[in-house]
Amino acid sequence: MKDFIIPWGDDRDMGTPARDGAPVSLRIDGFEVTVPEGTSVMRAAAIAGIAVPKLCASDNLEAFGSCRLCVVEIEGRRGTPASCTTPVAAGMVVRTQSEQVQRIRKGVMELYISDHPLDCLTCSANGDCELQDMAGVVGLRDQRYTAPEGGIRTHFAARDTSGQANPEWLPKDDSNPYFTYDPAKCIVCNRCVRACEEVQGTFALTIEGRGFESRVSAGGVGDDFLASDCVSCGACVQACPTATLQEKSVIALGTPTRSVITTCAYCGVGCSFKAELNGDQLVRMTPYKHGAANRGHSCVKGRFAYGYATHADRILKPMIRERIEDPWQEVSWDEALAFAAARMRGIQARHGRKSVGVITSSRCTNEETYLVQKLTRAVFLNNNTDTCARVCHSPTGYGLGQTFGTSAGTQNFDSVAAADVVVVIGANPTDGHPVFASRLKKRLRAGAKLIVIDPRRIDLVKTAHVEAAHHLPLRPGTNVAVVTAMAHVIVTEGLFDEGFIRARCDWDEFAEYAEFVSDPRHSPELTEMLTGVPAEELRAAARLYATGGNGAIYYGLGVTEHSQGSTTVMAIANLAMLTGNIGREGVGVNPLRGQNNVQGSCDMGSFPHELPGYRHVKNPEVRAIFETAWGVEIDPEPGLRIPNMLDAAVSGQFKGLYCQGEDILQSDPDTRHVSAGLAAMDCVIVHDLFLNETANYAHVFLPGSTFLEKDGTFTNAERRINRVRKVMAPRNGYADWEITQLLANAMLEAEGRPLWRYTHAAQIMEEIAATTPGFAHVDYALLEEKGSVQWPCNDAAPEGTPIMHVDGFVRGRGRFIVTEYVATEERTGPRFPLLLTTGRILSQYNVGAQTRRTANTVWHAEDVLEIHPHDAEVRGVKAGDWVKLASRSGETSLRAHLTDRVSPGVVYTTFHHPTTQANVITTDHSDWATNCPEYKVTAVQVGLSNGPTEWQRDYEAQAAAARRILPAAE
Amino acid sequence: MSSPDKLIRMANQIAIFFHSQPGPDQAERVAAHLKDYWGPEMRADLKAKAKTQEDELDVLVRQALPLI
Ligand code: SF4
Ligand code: SF4
Ligand code: SF4
Ligand code: FES
Repeated sequence: MKDFIIPWGDDRDMGTPARDGAPVSLRIDGFEVTVPEGTSVMRAAAIAGIAVPKLCASDNLEAFGSCRLCVVEIEGRRGTPASCTTPVAAGMVVRTQSEQVQRIRKGVMELYISDHPLDCLTCSANGDCELQDMAGVVGLRDQRYTAPEGGIRTHFAARDTSGQANPEWLPKDDSNPYFTYDPAKCIVCNRCVRACEEVQGTFALTIEGRGFESRVSAGGVGDDFLASDCVSCGACVQACPTATLQEKSVIALGTPTRSVITTCAYCGVGCSFKAELNGDQLVRMTPYKHGAANRGHSCVKGRFAYGYATHADRILKPMIRERIEDPWQEVSWDEALAFAAARMRGIQARHGRKSVGVITSSRCTNEETYLVQKLTRAVFLNNNTDTCARVCHSPTGYGLGQTFGTSAGTQNFDSVAAADVVVVIGANPTDGHPVFASRLKKRLRAGAKLIVIDPRRIDLVKTAHVEAAHHLPLRPGTNVAVVTAMAHVIVTEGLFDEGFIRARCDWDEFAEYAEFVSDPRHSPELTEMLTGVPAEELRAAARLYATGGNGAIYYGLGVTEHSQGSTTVMAIANLAMLTGNIGREGVGVNPLRGQNNVQGSCDMGSFPHELPGYRHVKNPEVRAIFETAWGVEIDPEPGLRIPNMLDAAVSGQFKGLYCQGEDILQSDPDTRHVSAGLAAMDCVIVHDLFLNETANYAHVFLPGSTFLEKDGTFTNAERRINRVRKVMAPRNGYADWEITQLLANAMLEAEGRPLWRYTHAAQIMEEIAATTPGFAHVDYALLEEKGSVQWPCNDAAPEGTPIMHVDGFVRGRGRFIVTEYVATEERTGPRFPLLLTTGRILSQYNVGAQTRRTANTVWHAEDVLEIHPHDAEVRGVKAGDWVKLASRSGETSLRAHLTDRVSPGVVYTTFHHPTTQANVITTDHSDWATNCPEYKVTAVQVGLSNGPTEWQRDYEAQAAAARRILPAAE
Repeated sequence: MSSPDKLIRMANQIAIFFHSQPGPDQAERVAAHLKDYWGPEMRADLKAKAKTQEDELDVLVRQALPLI
């Protein structure tokens, strides 16, 4: 009966996609219904509460019209049209049920069932199978096909009655770690093929053969799913109405009986999911169709890679040790907290208030991050808080803050559907932000143009049914020169939007800027030598962006992680203002955030100079708000940033660190410097799921909870505040915000100060709303009602703000800023002739702590070095060889992968595996404004080697020793 | 607290940006940036280093020092 109730969050399958259009009224089974023009009869019936039987239709796919189960009668029309492919018309009179259609439907079902095994009771899709449901709905009671001599041909019987092998039978394909393909159960409805094309945009599946011979096939002849182009997004599995494509977890654990809506904890897309469970056992994650960021789609990480939550490596008991050379000792929570509090207080007593600090996590919730920065500001009484967003998007904060007045992407993800020209700079969405990439590709297939600015030929440059109009393969480190050259073209060719600039920006600043960019030294012709980008191609790209309609820019860490990261962000903002591409649907400037809550961790005051809401600590009126709320005096001077903390540790002034959900040893640049800093501290408290690399230098380990085990919110790259809901009890005993509170209280109690008394994450959000103007209206009740909201959400925008700067910039007038190109100090030379740039891949996430502990490793078991065949040849390197990668700061070794995706002179690797330690190589150069490290450019040399370096072996040995655990004394 | 050249390098990087900005107040803007983003300890360190390594500092940093 579930199909006929319309509860809150109705997620029935309406059969075909929604349409926009003028209202059209018709009658269905006697009920009057009004729907937008272009809607199918099937969807109109669903809106009226009538579910027409169907098999090949699904509301996330265009109608296909192959199964004929959905036939209806329409007055004045001959025959029985398929309701999924028939659009509504004014005054139409439809009957969804009649003797005739019932007879047809029964016949259709009989035909299907004649070639389908009848093992429903033991089938993994039992209770979750649309074929089964439809057999019931049409009243199928028997199957009247009598076998001709020799039996009927089927696909499902491995052998016929005489024991002969059935040539039509194909074995199950188990190659994908997360789902199976059992051809015996396929009804060839084509939903999987369409899902792979329309929803995911990978085109990995086809139907091979015709008629009775038709088969779903992944890749070419002889390929299985794993060998095909399939990226394991699961869209086909979700689309399949039968057990043909089925999650292995469902096969193993049974169909789920309850579900909770929550948010993915991997990337900044922030997909909404239904966590489906039996009891407290998670059976599967399915993307939630009303999730405003993902609209029912997901990638392999969010849907499948949750196994780390129950991995044997997860630490569930607190641990302490005197010295980092000692093995860990499991202790009670009380003991661990008392130990940590005593050490931190002792350090402050000896070395001063400012000798300790915190690092907040972009993986934790807003509420948790807020508490961690509050811990340092209100308990430690200093501003020493920083976050890993420092190492990825701090230039976004600075650059967009300076130009537009606020540090955030301007659009929602839906906006991409209205873009005409999309510029992707220094981002690799198909790997880093896969669900956004699918939405982008959908728009590109519908005709929008794409410009890619990236040293590497990323997948988007040419992939199934998508091809970039222009790819500008710039030399790493020359972003400012390239974007400024684009502005040169736009200004000198008179392609700028004067009306917009006069109305919205400061005209004098524009005049100065226009004079600057018009200088011939910024022309594509004169910068070509420097950037390596052909001038004509760059001119064409600039013209396209300026004149091609709605222009939208999406950028990633390839923009920010440079010594001129902030300048590039400003250059990008200049481009958008020049062309009037800001303040409406389909345009804008959008940082693609790396981790799930980078936006939130920045919003929540994680930086040492800013209180929540990006307000500088020097402002007394801002401090007053928090001083009143917290009952303490707040330090008016900025505190230490991560690199400064480490520097200060090495020189003996910084001694204690509470690090929540971050692995700075692996993720921060110049690993040796980080380890020296950590080793010099007296108390490092690591709060995480696993003994991460940083924990090798820790004295206290506080076991963390996963996103499945706590309440809170994440804020994604579109400023959308999504609820994280507690799906199961924390296996470690406490949600992370509770642990921070316990630590705070252990210190406060010892000092005789009032304790924190939060009993639910919602109370923390109340405090955030009360102190932070952009969050004024946010509370859990609103999130319950709306599903999610985009900040600012306050009196001016009570329901949130999908698109920013609509009538004016947050700072008032948009500000053009002169962006002079300055070469990085990191230069190639005879010793280090190649440029290394780094990135990530789809199946792994960040330092890989989670994804390495899932079956995702089948796609990426190790980091490899991409090198152009020419550069490899002159070094005698062949595919798969171990090579040594050396820079001024260190060396590591890994295997070589020869590819012309990278230009000659450029090499590329990922940093997902600790044993590779790509950051041993990266240097301590950083962005001029924010000290965001320059990960994307390092001068290196590559040569043959015979395996891991001595450093890698030493590191492994140290790590193994540092991870020893003694069980708790009984 | 940082190695001398690193802090000086960071300050000079900031100065290089503001050199390119139009207007007469470049040194003031370098000073404002240092005050907004560097803690007092780092600023004190920079001043201390300036005493012995002044010639390594960009002219805008030198002009900004008295303002921080
Ligand atoms: S899992 Fe995704 S990519 Fe793979 S075949 Fe299915 S829809 Fe296509
Ligand atoms: S695998 Fe499933 S979705 Fe694909 S054609 Fe077969 S039954 Fe339909
Ligand atoms: S990793 Fe990103 S794209 Fe993938 S499901 Fe999670 S939020 Fe969505
Ligand atoms: S659902 Fe309409 S033809 Fe299959």
